[in-house]
Amino acid sequence: MEILVCVKRVPDTSENEIDINSDGNDIERDDLVYSVNEWDNYAVEEAIQIVDKVGGSVTVVTVGDDESEEVLRREMAMGANNGLLLTDDAFEGSDGKGIATILKGAVEKGNYDLIMTGAQADEGAAQVGGMLAAMMDYPYASLVNLIEAGDGKLKVGREIEGGNQEMNEIELPCVLSIQTGINEPRYVGIRGIRKVASVEIPELGAGDLGLDAGAIGAGAAKVKRLDYFVPDTGEGAEMLSGSTEEIIGKLIEYLKAKGGLK
Amino acid sequence: MGEVFAYIKHAQGVADDSALELIVAAKKIAPDASVTAVVTGTGADLDTICNEMATVYNAVWKIDNAAMAYPNAEVIRKALVNILPGDSIVLLPHDTFGMDLGPGLSIKMDSAFAADIVDIEGVDGGTLKIVRQEFSGMASTHVTCDISGGAVLNIRPGVFQADGTKFGGDVVDKSGDAGDLSVKRTFLEVVEAEAGDVDITKSEVLVSVGRGIEDEDNIELVFDLAKAMGADVACSRPIVDAKWLEKSRQVGTSGQTVKPKVYLAMGISGSFQHLGGIKGNPFVVAVNKNTKAPIFQVADVGIEADILEFIPELQEAIEAL
Repeated sequence: MEILVCVKRVPDTSENEIDINSDGNDIERDDLVYSVNEWDNYAVEEAIQIVDKVGGSVTVVTVGDDESEEVLRREMAMGANNGLLLTDDAFEGSDGKGIATILKGAVEKGNYDLIMTGAQADEGAAQVGGMLAAMMDYPYASLVNLIEAGDGKLKVGREIEGGNQEMNEIELPCVLSIQTGINEPRYVGIRGIRKVASVEIPELGAGDLGLDAGAIGAGAAKVKRLDYFVPDTGEGAEMLSGSTEEIIGKLIEYLKAKGGLK
Repeated sequence: MGEVFAYIKHAQGVADDSALELIVAAKKIAPDASVTAVVTGTGADLDTICNEMATVYNAVWKIDNAAMAYPNAEVIRKALVNILPGDSIVLLPHDTFGMDLGPGLSIKMDSAFAADIVDIEGVDGGTLKIVRQEFSGMASTHVTCDISGGAVLNIRPGVFQADGTKFGGDVVDKSGDAGDLSVKRTFLEVVEAEAGDVDITKSEVLVSVGRGIEDEDNIELVFDLAKAMGADVACSRPIVDAKWLEKSRQVGTSGQTVKPKVYLAMGISGSFQHLGGIKGNPFVVAVNKNTKAPIFQVADVGIEADILEFIPELQEAIEAL
């Protein structure tokens, strides 16, 4: 099976506090730790496991700049066979539909049976996979937490509310968005990254992908971010202060009063 | 601006909470517009929901088809594309169904898509101004959306509270316009969640642990604290993803809905999916070393601390009582 996995380089929110810059037009990016979007990493692991079982190859693709290449190399160190960097100044300012349009260009240049994305990324929109599927007229399933490969089709489980799982049969080629927890992504060591450090990663721009300039970038975007801000959240939590001993003393009084200690 | 529609999610003859939230959101976009509820399904359950929505919405469009007995988003997308006007403003809940349907629907209707909307500031000309969150809820952002050619708007569940307003209208049967509903994804069955050794939905006091616990070996600290308190242990999604605790202990929309008196969130950032699983207005204590974590916006009491140091000290103090 030929599998394409779409990945994104994002600030690692478990490693960073996110601060907004003084102009309010971006977050403070100077000291941020970046990594591959967590959902995408599960998608790559799943793709590798499928290919280990049924044969084929895994290609990882991203839309970004030179720095995005590092996440492609990381995923290739995991076991993805090929990387593909889609990069062009014309991509700047694309909304979700613009990104899906760029990825469609890459899909059409290959011969993929299965395309995977993470269920969502740093913007929390969960949109690119479903858009790409609709553009390609491929069937789509989101929030997938189980895949069983069959002949010309897959059995997939979708995570739905209440811990339940919705089972579907889906024809190939198709697009799946992958939920965390579907597998246990393998560890990537520094040695693995070194092994793929010199592998060439092709770069493709708007012209290579046959993209119409009117369909991508800021000009085509119907959805535009104006700013970043800290919301007025009302009172919020009463922050307990003092020494650890004092804080614990106050907390225990609260717990006693609210029925938190038995 | 095109006509405004809200998709009504329902199961077993009961409308989802979002059914009454979407009309509140819709009226915030267009206070004077007629808002039509779109209800798909089949049989008596469908009629029950249509009649209920007819007391609330300005109109109801009923789409009855056996292919939609279970809400397969691929089937529903085709029906909506065939039935709704091209420049429609379509509201969906941003949940596991709306995420499945919304993005593709916007492509097929050639309209704009905005996901996980948490507030609506209004419409100026053909531009809708909304509020969203990024980076796991740690930053908010104003976003404009060009809705002049139509839009699919996914609304975060629970943020637009049902206000009891009833407009009322007629049920119009649109089933005949659904067209070809053949798709390449077939619904098979729903596999129910397995029960675990503890039923956290019945617990009065929960010590809930998140990513801040860092390592599987540290989970024991949480059980020790819970034991000292007479509480049960729950967790957030990353702990289950890492297979450190069983799924039946996960709090959130994709896990359990809990109703404790007291909820201690230990090293949990507080995604909206996690908070969606906490009901009954418990007393919430948040302990986290990241003061930007959204959990502090909803907690009653917050403590900035590393839970790996804080938990054993709290346990010791409780045991000394």
